[in-house]
Amino acid sequence: MRFTEDHEWVELNGDIATVGITAYAAGQLGDVVFVETPDVGKTLKAGDAFAVVESVKAASDVYAPVSGEVVEANGDLAGSPEMVNQDPEKDAWFAKVKVSDPGEVEKLMDRAAYEKFLEGL
Amino acid sequence: MQTVGRPTQPQAVSSIPETLTGARGLLQDEVLIFELGGWDKTGVDLAKPELDASDLGDLVRTEPIGLPGLSEPETLRHYVRLSQKNHAIDLALYPLGSCTMKHNPRLNEKVARLPGFADVHPLQPQSTVQGAIAVMDQVAHWLKTLTGMAAVALSPKAGAHGELCGLLAIRAAHVARGDARKRVLVPTSAHGTNPATAAFVGYAVEEIAQTEDGRVDLADLEAKLGPDVAAIMVTNPNTCGLFERDIIEIARLTHAAGAYFYCDGANFNAIVGRVRPADLGVDAMHINLHKTFSTPHGGGGPGAGPVVLSEALAPFAPAPWIVTGLDGYTLDENPDGAFGRMCAFHGQMGMFVRALAYMKSHGADGLRQVAEDAVLNANYIKARLSPLMSSAFSGPCMHEALFTDAWLEGSGITTLDFAKAMIDEGFHPMTMYFPLVVHGAMLIEPTETESRIELDRFCDAVLRLALAARAGDADRFKGAPFHAPLRRLDETRAARNPVLKWTPASAG
Repeated sequence: MRFTEDHEWVELNGDIATVGITAYAAGQLGDVVFVETPDVGKTLKAGDAFAVVESVKAASDVYAPVSGEVVEANGDLAGSPEMVNQDPEKDAWFAKVKVSDPGEVEKLMDRAAYEKFLEGL
Repeated sequence: MQTVGRPTQPQAVSSIPETLTGARGLLQDEVLIFELGGWDKTGVDLAKPELDASDLGDLVRTEPIGLPGLSEPETLRHYVRLSQKNHAIDLALYPLGSCTMKHNPRLNEKVARLPGFADVHPLQPQSTVQGAIAVMDQVAHWLKTLTGMAAVALSPKAGAHGELCGLLAIRAAHVARGDARKRVLVPTSAHGTNPATAAFVGYAVEEIAQTEDGRVDLADLEAKLGPDVAAIMVTNPNTCGLFERDIIEIARLTHAAGAYFYCDGANFNAIVGRVRPADLGVDAMHINLHKTFSTPHGGGGPGAGPVVLSEALAPFAPAPWIVTGLDGYTLDENPDGAFGRMCAFHGQMGMFVRALAYMKSHGADGLRQVAEDAVLNANYIKARLSPLMSSAFSGPCMHEALFTDAWLEGSGITTLDFAKAMIDEGFHPMTMYFPLVVHGAMLIEPTETESRIELDRFCDAVLRLALAARAGDADRFKGAPFHAPLRRLDETRAARNPVLKWTPASAG
């Protein structure tokens, strides 16, 4: 699993990347009350806002950690946004993306680097 | 007096019993108005109308509409009881940062109730409402003079509606010179309405980064400006309560890129009478009459968000335009160049009257003191609270003081907990978790209408709470409020599963 400085995670399986937000991000947001996932077929560029997550405190954009095409979105999140707080780094994935450049994933932080990054915040 | 058998001293009791009705003394337990009134009764005695229902065909209503029927005293009491459960500016200081909850002077209300203002109708012949149009013209004159701008659109109904008006004027100006553009730049600390407005008008929104000291990052602005940027939207003073020191350079860079400078004038109350936005290079700015000019907020009265426009944008101002001529005042509903109109008619007449009453009762020198006192009061609060609470930025603030939750770290108490405990102490909480750019934000805006005694009463209460928090008295906070009509509400469940419609119990 790799991580961005904007607190998204990405896990690559073949050329399909599963993306979501980190436990740290979910904790900072507080209770999540709404999630908007991207439409299947949408083309993403790394760094673009591709989803929206809203908590009792704030609404935030979620940025695509990798470029590619959305092949699946997590439909469960719309009805059960609390999943983002309960299991942010597994069941509450946001989208699966067919990546155009797997090398982009390699450039992101691994868990040790991300945890070090969090310590500096 | 006969006192035998009528002891007036309370007897000691081991515990305070719950009341049988749910009322707590004078505080009644109130139900929804639908549960209070029956559908089958009415508080108004009207003769049965002699209507031929056959014209309606199958549109004739077959079931009751379901409105509660209440008598006048029942209706009045319902709303008085509800109002007693609520905080109000007429009850105590209302420190909601970014909202400018200032006192609504009773003089404004008295003037607004004069029949010549209160009883006019927008469809009356204009010759019969010359005084009312004169008030609009005078409000326009004051707003243009105070901002140094060329024109003003009075019709927008609130701040965000004003933003929409300003961006529509900007778009019209770009289109008129054959230069439609795509992007609008907004700082990270902006009011949420700024990016929402830009998106609503069809622009892509891009964020401008913020500097360590809470202001627009000029280098980032310069990097993001380009030939496709239509406008920037900057709030000054910004939502951190700080004056954008580089505002003139921001305007210069913006204009050099061919873009327009929209200023969110929500915080104009901090600079009114001291700074003219036109001198800073602003092209369009809305003014919340309910903030700077003391008209009521929200449920207390309709909003009004007039927009002042620079020479460049004035030709595109929306209808109606006030015209003076041999016939006195007229409203031109179809002026050449106007991008359209923002609403039916001409705006919130009652708010224009109140705002003008405020302007005229203060005068130019008084309005200058409004800004000075607003800033002085905020800095007084900042100075008194800073020893115990962590100020977000060093140095003086403008009209509001911003704190972070760093001082609560390790206490287990959050900004939300602290805010809830303020309710128990009789104050409306400050604004929480906004702006988003600082952690656990607490934004306090006292406004100019509070005396030093009131400020001290507020600061004493907050400092005592802060001492309790620092002493580890977490129980006081985690379950608060304990003394409000309702205890801690489940905001998460309300947001996830909102119940927006009342249904009668019998219908399940």
